[in-house]
Amino acid sequence: MYGQGIAKGLWITFKHLVNTYVDDIRYAGRKYVSQDNFQVRQGPKSQGAYTVQYPDEKIAVPERFRFVPFRVDSDYDDPERPGQDWCTSCGICAKVCPPQCIWIVRGQDPNTGRPVPQPEAFFIDIDICMNCGYCAEFCPFDAIKMDHDYELASYDRTSRHIYDKPKLSKELRYWKTIAPTRAVEEMEARGGWDHKDVQKEKAKAEKAAAAQKAAPAAPVQTNGGAASPAAPAAEAPAADDAEKIKAERLAKREAALARKRARDAEENGGA
Amino acid sequence: MAIAVPQTTELDISQTIDWLKQKYPDAVHDDTRQGFGGVVVDKSMLVEVAQAIRDDLGFDYLSSATAVDYLGISDHMEMVYHAYRTTGGPALVFKAQTDREKAEIPSLVDVWLGADFQEREAYDLYGIQFSGHPNLKRILLWDGFNGYPMRKDWQEAYFEQEHKPFDSRWPGGWVHRAEEKNVYGKNVRYPDDIDLARLSDTSEATLYSGLGLGVDVQELESDGLQTDRLVVNLGPHHPSTHGVFRMIVSLNGETIETLEPVMGYLHRNHEKIGERNSFLHNIPFTDRLDYLSSMGNNFGYVLAVEQLLAQGARYQPPTYRAEVIRVLMAELTRIVNHLWSLGFLLNDLGAFFTPMLYANNEREKILDFFEATAGSRLMCNYMRFGGVFADLPERIHSVANLVNDKVRDYNTMEYLAQMITERLPRFLEEYGRLLVGNEILRERTINVGVLPHDLAIALSTCGPLLRGSGVAYDVRRADPYSIYPELDFDIPVGVNGDIYDRFMVRFQEIHESLRILKQLLPRLEQTKGEEVVTKVGHTPRVPVGEAYGRVENPKGELGFYVVSEGDEKGPQNPWRYHVRAPSFINLTALGPMCRGYKVADVVTVLGSIDIVLGETDR
Ligand code: SF4
Ligand code: SF4
Repeated sequence: MYGQGIAKGLWITFKHLVNTYVDDIRYAGRKYVSQDNFQVRQGPKSQGAYTVQYPDEKIAVPERFRFVPFRVDSDYDDPERPGQDWCTSCGICAKVCPPQCIWIVRGQDPNTGRPVPQPEAFFIDIDICMNCGYCAEFCPFDAIKMDHDYELASYDRTSRHIYDKPKLSKELRYWKTIAPTRAVEEMEARGGWDHKDVQKEKAKAEKAAAAQKAAPAAPVQTNGGAASPAAPAAEAPAADDAEKIKAERLAKREAALARKRARDAEENGGA
Repeated sequence: MAIAVPQTTELDISQTIDWLKQKYPDAVHDDTRQGFGGVVVDKSMLVEVAQAIRDDLGFDYLSSATAVDYLGISDHMEMVYHAYRTTGGPALVFKAQTDREKAEIPSLVDVWLGADFQEREAYDLYGIQFSGHPNLKRILLWDGFNGYPMRKDWQEAYFEQEHKPFDSRWPGGWVHRAEEKNVYGKNVRYPDDIDLARLSDTSEATLYSGLGLGVDVQELESDGLQTDRLVVNLGPHHPSTHGVFRMIVSLNGETIETLEPVMGYLHRNHEKIGERNSFLHNIPFTDRLDYLSSMGNNFGYVLAVEQLLAQGARYQPPTYRAEVIRVLMAELTRIVNHLWSLGFLLNDLGAFFTPMLYANNEREKILDFFEATAGSRLMCNYMRFGGVFADLPERIHSVANLVNDKVRDYNTMEYLAQMITERLPRFLEEYGRLLVGNEILRERTINVGVLPHDLAIALSTCGPLLRGSGVAYDVRRADPYSIYPELDFDIPVGVNGDIYDRFMVRFQEIHESLRILKQLLPRLEQTKGEEVVTKVGHTPRVPVGEAYGRVENPKGELGFYVVSEGDEKGPQNPWRYHVRAPSFINLTALGPMCRGYKVADVVTVLGSIDIVLGETDR
């Protein structure tokens, strides 16, 4: 009979319509209370239509989600290296970037003119960035990672869309929150939560310490008197150094926190 | 609906070549360059040899025809043709060479109609004159464009350096915006004698006169009925064109007499960008071709480059698990794409958004999986030379970090299994009931936009368009790649070659994809833990040579012709990077398919080809 196909189709659309409301009633009110309900209604077992009320609600993005990258600094209150820049300005990210939107000025020692690890300046043109994720994939130092913050729109693309070093830098802590599993995997590959180079230094120092321990252990027993006068002399400068290092760290930490405050203020002011 | 599996006959290409060389001893020679294959045909004999290739040897399908500029290497230009048999088997590659200054090659449109748009593209971008071509004019660029941009000595407006990476980025990378350098008119070179105001006028007029028409309305008498002949522009901005695309239609009353597609509004010279890029840089760029099936695009490109890499030492082909994951992604992409195109075809028919949104609902779920695995829903950038970006994640898992974020967490394998074995089959069954029997749909599509079997092959159409016309040609079977030979699936084909058949072919293909996916699930479990991340670094040295990698993308045969040339150690940048775009070549059939039907059918015919402008215009 002519029209049967149409009627059948209409019956299906009707069922869809009802399903949506049945689900709404079934989950009434609890949509916002329990995460589980959300998960079911957005997952493969869901029925009917279900709208996420953007921007009041957002679907959290998965760990591997990639948007304009950020640079990793040690935590600003890290006890040993507050706010240390992980980037060594090796330039690999700038080379693998397909639209060539990463600009790096390699750091130079002002006295010797020799390159130093930290970059002097670092820019990403977020208008050009195609969010491919290569920079994060190929950075040998885990110093650049893809961000999850996709709400980057602004009123003026010509002046606000070239992100510089302070704007791009975020704490390692942030990476641990947005991608916990991957952060742990990378930590395991590096051998610890510190920067790769620091890790290497530490390993070296430990080895040296172990060697030192092993070496003096023998003489102390045979020739105890000779070693003792030298010991306090060696300790005193070390204590001095420790003080100095502590002060330096404190200053660095203050500076890093100030940078963060300034950036937050700018962002809030600009928004 | 007849289901047929094409016979994959192993034919010996070297025998074929020997036959050709015997028959045309003066005109056909081996291509002896290192890493190159096929034959070089003397251009004066090209048409004759091509005829023999088609008729005597049975290579009835011209897959790709493209140009290469060898400036600085051997200083000539070259057309490269890849011909296949629709019964399956490898390609017969033949080339014709010409001088750069006076570039002229005989047109092969008379042999394979499918050469039409491809030759126009080569003329447009390389300036090769195709003698005998019936309608040789620019196709992607505008008529007043100065120069031929794919030539090696042509430089674009923002030209900075021959190859990436650019030296200005590191170590002294003080940023500047390219736009700043390009204050209107500087850095863009127009010829001196050009009158910008004149250009749009002339090009418009040539366009219409090319159709043998004035713009004015003409009164006609047909069947005792007083009708008008008029020219109608559909597009460039029109909801039915799925992008910025224009069709100039000349009508007799409501009946279509001629239809001329006009494209290139989204042209960005993808291939030139690709030749500035390094091999690796190109992978995310391929995402932007057919942006609905980026996984498939990645697949085609990495296959082409892997062919070259395999020539060199120390290259590890992808592991079995990597292949399984690639096929998983390619088939999911096919489902995503077909859902989209079925939904939009219905939209074009006037069933506004209900079928479309139902299909999209399912598509979203698959994209969620892509997002968790590759990092992005559309621009996946997932495949790498010799592997993939990363293994499937343990869990599809998200973390709240913006205000009001809603968190989800599923086991990946369970999610996949649920989608493949329960949700998608259930949906398809329902979707079938919703649409297949619908009388309006049937009346609007059956016996409309018919493309006969022979014409479909001659026009080099591909994908569901070709199979809808009854040609069981699917690259996955005809010229298999990856692990497809061990998988069990059929090739759905149509009978009449009308819109309904194409619609049904897509429908069946989703079923077949699900069948493949079901076979992949146990394979994924078995190979758990196998390495999928490649050891090919970020600057692979690609051995010198040519390669043509092709895959059966949802929209049809997607091919990448890649030439690696120059450097002794193997260059970092492709010398030639050509995309054989199914959406573009399928449009060759649009005019012939619309002729004689009503103007309202144009929209449906276009919808049934399933084009995407990112790929058409490149
Ligand atoms: S690759 Fe990593 S370490 Fe090297 S310059 Fe880029 S961010 Fe810095
Ligand atoms: S994500 Fe890709 S485009 Fe963006 S900065 Fe990194 S490498 Fe460049």
